[in-house]
Amino acid sequence: MSRAMALLSREAALAWGRGGGPMVSLAFYAGVATLLPLATGPEPARLAAIAPGAAWVALALAALLSLDRLFERDYEDGALDLLTLSPVPLEIACAIKCLGQWLATAAPLAFAAPIAAIALGAKPHLAPLIFACALMGGLAFAFVGGIGAALSLGARRGGLLTAVIVLPLFVPPVIFGGGALDAYAGGLPWRAGFALLAAYAAGAVALGPIAMAAACRNALS
Amino acid sequence: MIEALVIEKLALRRGGRLLFSGLNVELPAGQAAALVGRNGAGKTSLLRAIAGLVPLEAGQITFGGLDPEDARAEHVHLAGHQDGQKPARTAWEELAFWARWSGASETAAREAAARLDLTRLLDLEVRRLSAGQRRRLSLARLLAAPRPLWLLDEPLSPLDAGWRVRFGEIMAAHLAGGGLIVAAVHDPLPIPALAVEVGSEETAS
Repeated sequence: MSRAMALLSREAALAWGRGGGPMVSLAFYAGVATLLPLATGPEPARLAAIAPGAAWVALALAALLSLDRLFERDYEDGALDLLTLSPVPLEIACAIKCLGQWLATAAPLAFAAPIAAIALGAKPHLAPLIFACALMGGLAFAFVGGIGAALSLGARRGGLLTAVIVLPLFVPPVIFGGGALDAYAGGLPWRAGFALLAAYAAGAVALGPIAMAAACRNALS
Repeated sequence: MIEALVIEKLALRRGGRLLFSGLNVELPAGQAAALVGRNGAGKTSLLRAIAGLVPLEAGQITFGGLDPEDARAEHVHLAGHQDGQKPARTAWEELAFWARWSGASETAAREAAARLDLTRLLDLEVRRLSAGQRRRLSLARLLAAPRPLWLLDEPLSPLDAGWRVRFGEIMAAHLAGGGLIVAAVHDPLPIPALAVEVGSEETAS
């Protein structure tokens, strides 16, 4: 347990400091959210209709931004070698790394998501659901993204490869979360969409680390 | 406790190329082995194979009566050029983490740092350390968390003459306590060691 806590605090600290930290993710998020009205036109009615969805897609992209270095640095500097020489299985170590990533980058983004959506014209009463979706979606993005980050280890321009591997896997949570937000905004039942999002996140948390550890072992050997 | 490290008829292949085959080593507790061979002969790969990071082409590696998984999880230290220490973190943060990850307490980490004269440097970021100081920092983990088998990849190369002698004494003490050391070296170790020639066949051909 002490090992797991030590790794979690280190990973959160590293993710916080990695490439400028959560501030860069937040700035990127704000940038994407600002670009959308410029592209679609500034009519408030149109913007209000797409605001929750736009905030949601921007979130997926911002989550992607911080992923590429999740395993890459540990692979290059030998930390991944040393992480394997422990009673903690590599699967658990990978899960802890993703959890640290989630705490340090997805949580700040989850606070920014409702603000961005409301700035685009979403109804304020959507804010709690946007926050919950962002938090749950961030968990799925971190664990699914970790698979892509581990698979692209050792490849040149691994960050781009990570994006190509991971974006298709981001489709289900984007659909489920966007569906839940749309339904809630339209006064329709939204729980099913949110439950599916949570189920996808749970599946990613359960299965992702197995794939990540296998990919890491393969990269190390 | 590892009674003996036994390597039998080992062959390793890296990137499609056979590094060596038919390597036999028997190292009882309390002794050191020095792996010698030209650059690229497979010394580092052998160390990584013992640590379970590289798949074996043929042969086997056993750790006395221990299950190999358990042995690697609790009884093996690996220290090489790639020390896993993040340049932007302080020396203490890195040492404390790796000591805890290896199963040691923070008190033990502080004592290990004191033994390697690192106490004054612990507040510095790792990037500010010299190569030798950084190596001592990564070796401090070995002292903080006692494990019997040390796999060292050129442990002495960045150390100055004084530290080579002192680390020789530390290695001798480790062996006297029933430990084992396998070290890849170009310069001779300052302790008596069994010389193991790695990749000699290929050199001849």
